[in-house]
Order: sequence, then C-alpha cells, then structure tokens
Amino acid sequence: MKVRSSVFASFILIFEVFGIALFLRGFFPVPVKSSLSSKSKLSDLPAEPLSGSSPNSSRLPQPLFKRVVIMLVDALREDFVFGPSGRMYMPYTRHVVERGSSHSFVAKARPPTVTMPRIKALTTGSIPGFIDVVMNLNSPALLEDNLIWQAKTAGKRIVFYGDDTWVRLFPKHFMEYDGTTSFFVSDYTEVDNNVTRHLDSTLKRDDWDILILHYLGLDHIGHISGPHSSLIQPKLLEMDDILKKIHSALILKEAEGSLPYLLVLCGDHGMSETGSHGGSSEPEVNTPLVLISPAFKRKGKLSSPGVVEQVDLTPTLALGLGLPISQNSVGHVIPGVLEETSLRDQLRFLHLNGHQLSCLLKDSIPNYEKEAGFEQFRVAEKAHGSWMKLYMEGNTSEVLTNMGKKVLKQYLEALAAMSSALGKQLGKYDMYSMIAGMVFVFQLLLLLLLAMPEALSGAAAVDLPVLSALLSLPFYLMCLLLASVHVLVCTSAESSCYLCSLSWGLVFAAVAFSSTMFCILVSMATRRLFPGLKIHGKVSFSGSEWSLSELDVLLLAGTIGHTLSLAASSFVEEEHQTWYFLLNTLCLAVFQDVCRKYFREKNGSGEEEEHILPSKDCRPSAHPKAEICSEKWLALATPPFTLACCRLLRSLNQTGVQWAHLPDVGHWLNSSEHKMVLSLLAAFCLVLIYLLVQRRCSWVSKVALALGLLGVYSYRAAVDNVLFPWQHSGHTMSKGTVEARFVYVFVLGILFTGTKDLLRSQIITADAKLKSRGLWEIYSGLVLLVSLLFRAHNLPVLCCCLLIQTLMAQFIWKKLHYDAAQTTIMHYWFGQAFFYFQGNSNNIATVDISVGFIGLESYVEAPAIFLTALNTYAGPLLWACHLVCYLSSERDRSPVAVGHGCYCLALLRSVPAAAYIVLVTVLRYHLFIWSVFSPKLLYESMHLLLTAGVCLFFNTMEQSHSSSKS
Amino acid sequence: MWDHEIRAMASTHAIIAASVFMATVLPAVFVRGFSVYGTHLLWLYSVSGTVTAVSVAVFWLLGITPPTKKHTLGYKLSRLFRSCLYFFLSCLFFHSVVVLYGAPLIESALETFSLAVLLTSLTTLRCLCVLGPNVQAWIRVFSRHGAMSVWDTCLQITVACTVVGAWVGAFPIPLDWDRPWQVWPVSCSLGAMIGFLTGLVASPAWIHYHRKQLTYKCK
Repeated sequence: MKVRSSVFASFILIFEVFGIALFLRGFFPVPVKSSLSSKSKLSDLPAEPLSGSSPNSSRLPQPLFKRVVIMLVDALREDFVFGPSGRMYMPYTRHVVERGSSHSFVAKARPPTVTMPRIKALTTGSIPGFIDVVMNLNSPALLEDNLIWQAKTAGKRIVFYGDDTWVRLFPKHFMEYDGTTSFFVSDYTEVDNNVTRHLDSTLKRDDWDILILHYLGLDHIGHISGPHSSLIQPKLLEMDDILKKIHSALILKEAEGSLPYLLVLCGDHGMSETGSHGGSSEPEVNTPLVLISPAFKRKGKLSSPGVVEQVDLTPTLALGLGLPISQNSVGHVIPGVLEETSLRDQLRFLHLNGHQLSCLLKDSIPNYEKEAGFEQFRVAEKAHGSWMKLYMEGNTSEVLTNMGKKVLKQYLEALAAMSSALGKQLGKYDMYSMIAGMVFVFQLLLLLLLAMPEALSGAAAVDLPVLSALLSLPFYLMCLLLASVHVLVCTSAESSCYLCSLSWGLVFAAVAFSSTMFCILVSMATRRLFPGLKIHGKVSFSGSEWSLSELDVLLLAGTIGHTLSLAASSFVEEEHQTWYFLLNTLCLAVFQDVCRKYFREKNGSGEEEEHILPSKDCRPSAHPKAEICSEKWLALATPPFTLACCRLLRSLNQTGVQWAHLPDVGHWLNSSEHKMVLSLLAAFCLVLIYLLVQRRCSWVSKVALALGLLGVYSYRAAVDNVLFPWQHSGHTMSKGTVEARFVYVFVLGILFTGTKDLLRSQIITADAKLKSRGLWEIYSGLVLLVSLLFRAHNLPVLCCCLLIQTLMAQFIWKKLHYDAAQTTIMHYWFGQAFFYFQGNSNNIATVDISVGFIGLESYVEAPAIFLTALNTYAGPLLWACHLVCYLSSERDRSPVAVGHGCYCLALLRSVPAAAYIVLVTVLRYHLFIWSVFSPKLLYESMHLLLTAGVCLFFNTMEQSHSSSKS
Repeated sequence: MWDHEIRAMASTHAIIAASVFMATVLPAVFVRGFSVYGTHLLWLYSVSGTVTAVSVAVFWLLGITPPTKKHTLGYKLSRLFRSCLYFFLSCLFFHSVVVLYGAPLIESALETFSLAVLLTSLTTLRCLCVLGPNVQAWIRVFSRHGAMSVWDTCLQITVACTVVGAWVGAFPIPLDWDRPWQVWPVSCSLGAMIGFLTGLVASPAWIHYHRKQLTYKCK
C-alpha cells in the first residue's frame, strides 16, 4: 500500500496520541480509596480496647467544640502571617498567635497547589490525584466520604460563604450559602465583599454550628501583581479585621458551661514569587494554620510554628466535632489540639484515628501486615487495652499516668508511620497500561524512522506492506502471543489496571493493530537492511551521498541534545533556556551561512544565481544592481535583528523556576504607573501586526483585519489594561464582552473568506495564487484571534513573531535555498522558543485560564478549553501555520515540500514525546516526579495532540494540491 | 612534507599550553587566596594576559605573520594600531554575542566582558598573529575549503575548539547543583580554556594524521 508522506505522518501521529493517552491513564495513579463504597457511620466505630473483660462501649468521647468557624483565605502564604512582615500585615492574628490561646502550624499542601484539589484534600483528608487539576474548573459534586457530609448527617447546620466551587462540590449540604465565582481574576474587592456582607447577621444568629468562609481576593491579587504588590497589605489588613470581628463575636457568645468554639484560619495553598500557584515550590506549599479556641492553653512564650500536613486538619476537625473520620483520610490528628482533654479521651481519639488509618491501609496495600506503622498500631492497641483495664479498676497511681503517656507516644508514632505509608502509596502506577502505551508509541516511532528515506525522497510516498503483513503467519502468531500475555497479566490479579477493564473488542483491536505494526516493521527493516532482496523500482536513492553542512549538524545535534536534556529535572524546569540557547546558535549559524554566501562566493557561481533569482519573479526590476545591494544588506541584517528580537523577548517574561523571581519587562509594563507606555506599545504593535499581515490578503480581509485589531484595542481598554485616548475618567470596569464578540465576528469572517478562497482554488480554478491567498487569510485570522487572547504586554511577542517570519522567509529561507526539512526544523525551534517567550513554562501554574472567559458571560466548557489551549500554544501553532503557508508558496520549486515538512514535523514531535515517556517511566520514583516531570508530560501530550491536528491540516493542503494538479 | 612545520607547531603549542599552566599556578604563590573559582576574574586576567604575551612573542619569533609589503615605521605602527583596534572590536563582538545568548545586560557586565577578553585572546589574537589585521584573509580562512597552509588549518581547529568549548560550558548553568563552578562566567571560561587546550593538542595531531589527504591551493 502506497501512501503519501503527509498522510503517513498524520496517521502515525494520531495513533501516537492514542498510545500516549493509554500511557497517561496508567501513569496518573488513581487516588487511595477504601474498598467500601459506603461512608463511615457512627455505628461502625470500633469499641474502646479493653483487654480481658466484657465488650466495652463504642461511644465517642464528648466533642471538643460546639461551634467551628473556618476562615479559608485563598493563597494565604505562610510568611504573610508568621513571617517578619506578618506583624504589619495581620497584627491582630499575630497577637493571637503569640499571646492568645491558640495553636499555630505551617500546613504543607501537596502539589498540585490548585484550589479545587486543595478543597477536596481539606474536606476528605485524602490527597487528590494529579489529574484533578485538569478537572479543576469543572467540578461535579464530591461523592467521596467527606467531613461536610459527615457533619450534615450528624445534624450539624453548616453555613457557607465564598468560592462557589464549594457549592458545586457539596450541593444541598449547606443550610445557607452564597457562592461567588472566581473567574474574573481582575476583581479582588467585590468577591470578598460578597462574603463579608453576610457576616454580621450570621454572627449575631445562633442557628448554625459550622461556618465556612472562603475569601478569594488575595489569590486574585497574587495573579494580578504578585506577592510583593502594594495591594497585598490592605487586603491582609482587611482579612485581619474580619478575623478580629469573628473572634470577638465568638467570645461574646460564649456561655459558661457549654462547649467552647474553634476558629480556624487557613490557606488552601500559597503563592509563588511571581504570584501564581500550582507547583511545589516552598512558598506555594507552605500555608499557615491557626487554631484559636479557649479550650487551648494560653501561650506564654514565643515558639515557632510546627509543621503538619494540610490533610491533618480533617481528622482533627472530625474528632473535635465528634464525627467519624472520613474513610479515605490519610492525615493524622494534630496532637496539640487534644492536649487539654483527659488521658482516656486522648487515647480514645488516637485509637479512632488509628483504626481508620489501619482500615485504609488494609484496603490499599496488599501486604499491609509488613508495614511498620500497622504493627506499631497493633502493639499500641494492646497496651491501650491493658491500660484501660487498670483504669477501670480505679487505679490512679503515677504508674498509670506514665503508662498512658507511653501508649500515647506509641499511638502517635504508629499514626505518623501509617500516614506516611499511605502518602507513599499514591505513587503506585499501572505498569501494564504504561508499558502497553510505550510499546505502541515506540512501534510507531520506529516505523516513522524506518520510512525516512522513502518519505523524504522525491516521490514523498511511503510503501507500507500492510496486506502482506496481514496475511503472513507471524501476524497471527503475534496476535495469539499478545492476547495470551494480556490474559495472563489480567488474570494474575495483581492490582487493578485500566487495560484489563477495557472491553474485549477494544483490546483485541489494539492487539491486532500492534501485531500488524510489528509485522510491517519487520518487513520494512529487512527491506532497509538488505535492499538487494527485493527490487523496488520506484524508490530511488539518487543523490544519497549525505554531506552534512554545519547547519545540518547543528540541527541534528540540537534535536538529540534537547531530547536527552529532558532527563534532568533542572533542564525540564528551565527548558526555555535550552531553546533560547539553541535558537541563538541557529541564528548565528544562519548568519555565518549568509556571510559566506554574500562575501565568499561573490565571484564564484553565486553571481549567476543572483541574477537569475530576481528575474524569476515576474516583476522585471529596473535597478537590479541597487536592488541586489540593498537585498544583500537586508539579508545580512536579518539574523542579527532576529537575535536582538529574541534577546528582548527573553527579558519580557521570566519563566522557569530558578530565575522566575527576577523582575522582567512584563511586570514593569503591567504596573499601574506604566499604563501609558503599555498603551502606546500595544497600539504600536497592533499597527505593525496589521502592516505585516495585510500584504497578502484580499481587500475584504484587509478591512476586516483592521476593524478586528481596533476591536482588540478597545477590548483591552474595556478591561482596563490600556488607556483610551478619549476616555479618561468615570469609566467603570466591564468584562469587555461586547468588544471581544465584535472581534470574534471578524475572526470568523476572515477565516470564512480564507476557506472560501481555498475551496474555490481547489474546485473551480486550480489557481495557485488564489490558494496561497486563502491560506494566508486563514493564517491572518489566527493572528487576529491570538492578538485578542494575548495579554497586552505580550503583544510584542506576536509582533516579533510576524516580523521574524516575514524577514526570514524573504531573505533567508528563499535566498539560501534551505530545503523543506531544514526549514521545518527551524520553524519548529522558533515555535518552541516562542512558546516560552509568551511566558509559558513546564509548570501548570503558568497556563493563563482567564483567557477562557474572553467574550463569554459565564464559564462554558468547550470554548473556554479551546481558547486556553490556543492561547497557550499560540507560538508553536503560529509557526506551524506559517510553515504551511511558506512551503505551499514554495511549491513551484519543490512540489513535495509540504509532504516533507509534514513528515519532519511529525518526526520532530514524536521523538521527544516517545523519549520522554520512557524517561518518566524510569524516573517514576524521582523526588520531583509530581512537581516537575508530570506537568511536562501533560504539556508534551497536549503538544502532540495539537501537532496531530496541524499535520491533518497539512494533509488537506497537500490533498487539494494533488487534486488540483491532476 | 610539512614535518618541519608540524614540529614547529607542536612546540609552539606546548609553549602556549605551558604558559597557561604557569599562569594558573604562579599567581597562587604571589596572591594570597588565589583560586580558579574564588578569584575567578583574577585568573581570567592572568591567563588572558599570559596567552596574549606568549602568543605574540612566539609567533613573532617564528615569523609566520605574512611579510609586510612596506617596511616603513609608519606602516608598521598603523598595523599595530589596527591590530589593537581589531582586538578591542572583537572583545565587543564577543561581549554582545554573549549578551545575546542571555547574559545579564547590566548586572555582571564586568564578568561578561572579562569572558569576552578571554575568548578574544584565545581566538582573535591568534588570527591577528597568523594572518595579520586583514579581514579578507580572515574571511577566506573561515569559509569552506579556505585554508591555504598548515597554519590556517591549525587556526581553524583551535578557534572552533575554543568556541565550542565555551558553548558547551554554558550547559551546566541551569542545573540546580549550586556548585562554585556554576557561577557566571566560570563554567564558560573553563569550557573555553579546556576547548583551547584541546585544540592546541588536537590540531598538530590531526594535521599529522591527515597529512596525506591535505592539499592546499597555492596562493
């Protein structure tokens, strides 16, 4: 079967996407879950251990607190309260922490430090899987056993004000609630006022038991201007006032004889030095946890806060309120909170917690008996029993107290050990699915590599021996073998794996596909290795003496070197440095090529070419000499100009980890004093974008483009990023929905014109000129959309991208006769570098989610995801689209350029993706696997998916070309 | 065929390599607390100065520099002046290239410039010594198949090695190991130095083993 290389490449990429999806399913562990699907009940609680005598009561000790107020401040960083500036930011809280009856801790949040997984962690006590981040925005109701459900079942009345994620997670759980949306990140006063306005009336009333407040303003400020902004202090002072208000109201309410109250101040996650969150750096992970209650001892001396896990709050609250601990909770109770109760109650609380943890341990670890913590717990339980016996006998001696203290210590050790064993359990992988996915991807990659000589030949077609493979004996043998392996693995009942839970039909299809791939691979490999065995008339290896120029060496070495560098966590964190470095070297190499062409080969054969080239164009030039001269200087100036552009863009957005805190131009532009500069810059960039893009458009699209870009500016003015020259004051902030929709209309219009031109060129006239215009119009539609989505300070990135593309296409790629493969690799490198110029990094936190709401009144899933993905991958996409435009305009020089380009793009993308999944598998017990490697894995797979889309686009382009030719 | 020249080259390179070694060791005797990492800039200056002085002296004694057409004092002075100018310009060139590669623009300008001086004294200075301040000759030597003598080939190899060494030296910078040699510009200058020494060893060896294949066009 003969297929064109573009079809071949897109086919391979699409199947690679499936392979990677399977790998991802196996890689991201399903969270630790109890086997029972039901929820903990009061009646299930274990009896108090007592050795010897009759069964004891299974009653819970009296709850510690009557009323709990949880004040959750989004993105409250530990040093905002405990740090040196805490005294200035939150004076009252600091006073209570240092002098009052309180306990304070640094609570470590687990990555991903994003709000929804953190809320889940706080309420269920489990550690949500990494994949929860992806569902972060679309939160269905939480069905797992959790604190809120337990409280509601126990008849507690819960009041909630704040982030409406809670309302969606716990529908019908709250007696009274008011959710605020967190989508408009630029609003940081209204969201908090919406919470505080209910506070006075609620605090006066007496009809609630649990009050939860979730303040979002601080997080929004962090996203807008970082942790050192001037907005932080007033916001924290406001929070401090609220805390003071609640505290004094609670003190007033407290009556003699009844149980005390508990006031909890906590943060769901911290905030990095740039103000974002999601990763696992210290400032993102460390949150303050302050527990205030008259039940605690008043503190005399200062002490630095201890360190606990964030999930430890759940069992503590559950026990404090007299509720069963939720089943999947992996935390252990904070001992300080129990200090003031009697020794018997303390032991009872610890026993309950230990029992719950040991049950979870039994369900989630196959050989749980060997766990140290489990053993310790058994021992402690026995000792507890004998202590109880003595206690019941009325013994009150010193010995009993000491023994009790010993049991207490044993319990605490056992709890800590079990908790950490469960935490480790999260790193359990579904190896079978992972290996299957990996084998799949590698078969495809090998096929891609083996087909290289054919795919890059003049015919640009690959001969796949599908039929002979399907009819061969090895194919059936392979099928049998793989099927039996599958049965063997699935019946050996190791642990649950995704592949085994699939239906038989699907699995068999995968098995058959994999065996076909294998047979094709073998037959192609034999053909490559022994070319004499079969005679292939069509595949010609003419001109196969491969002489590599310096540029080729650089391109190859760069691609391989980059792939290898992914093995080091620092290189993944600082991947932008690799790309900038490679891109610079590429520009210098190109510069050297240009110099060589214009200086060295002046009196050689170059001269004739110079004269032929301009005359090839239809326009006869009046002053060929002068034109050549100016062209020479422009060509010479292009690489240095590109270098300078890249250097400037590099300082626009600092990304990565090590140097992310350094000040950059983007922050400078975004600060309110420099609004004027930002406005001028944005206006200038938009004008330049118009000038660069309109050259090759039809007049309809030109007008649409101009209006669209105007709309972009007015959108930015409406959301208050830039200044309007004629609108100075009295301007209220809006969402800019109307303006954004205005731009969308023009984007659609331009895309429509482009598609119409493409279709016309294909069906009616077969006109190459019309076709390249249609392609360019589609490209300009994309540019317009991206210019709407980019933040105002990022517009120079888009501008430079277009400028470099224009100059390079005009003076370098055309004039120096780079072939399709070289051009593709250069485009790919530029695309990668621009991905990071935009401010992206290999960290989930840098994805700009607010883009998903441009032009929308509320959150709608599909467009939001589409817009966010487009904005994030704007750089690579723009360069890939430019590649299509460029290669199809170069068609008269080499008719198969598009096919070659598509093949190279597929190869460039699949090599790092395939290598990376192997690396991740090898490094799966690495310390940074969740914080560094997994986000990168998600980025890689997303990029692969997008490249598959681009390759399909390539494919249609080539299709229409061949049809128009015939 | 060129055994004589190859031998001369090897001995020249040995002298230069020895001078680099001395420049690293000797200051430790005179300056307290001298070390390659700790007082990196001092080491840079000492090495660049020594390499400059020794190369100029050795190449002058060897007489490889193309013969000048005129022998007037004024012409010689102008040549000297132009050489100095080129030296300085090349420092600026290297500096700007390093900044383009991402070195901070203002913060550690002195370090960056010292690196540029080192690179210049390792590469441009040799060109100046062998080819003289003659841009046409430089372009000829550094384009494909442009070498016209053993010394040209040697120049190509050493310069390429030095530049590649400095280029490779930048790789460890993003790693989070917190080693003293990861501080800017230690790894790059060490890389350049190692590359240069490799070039000194490799070029006579390479020419020796390829002397059959090497053919030079006459001028």
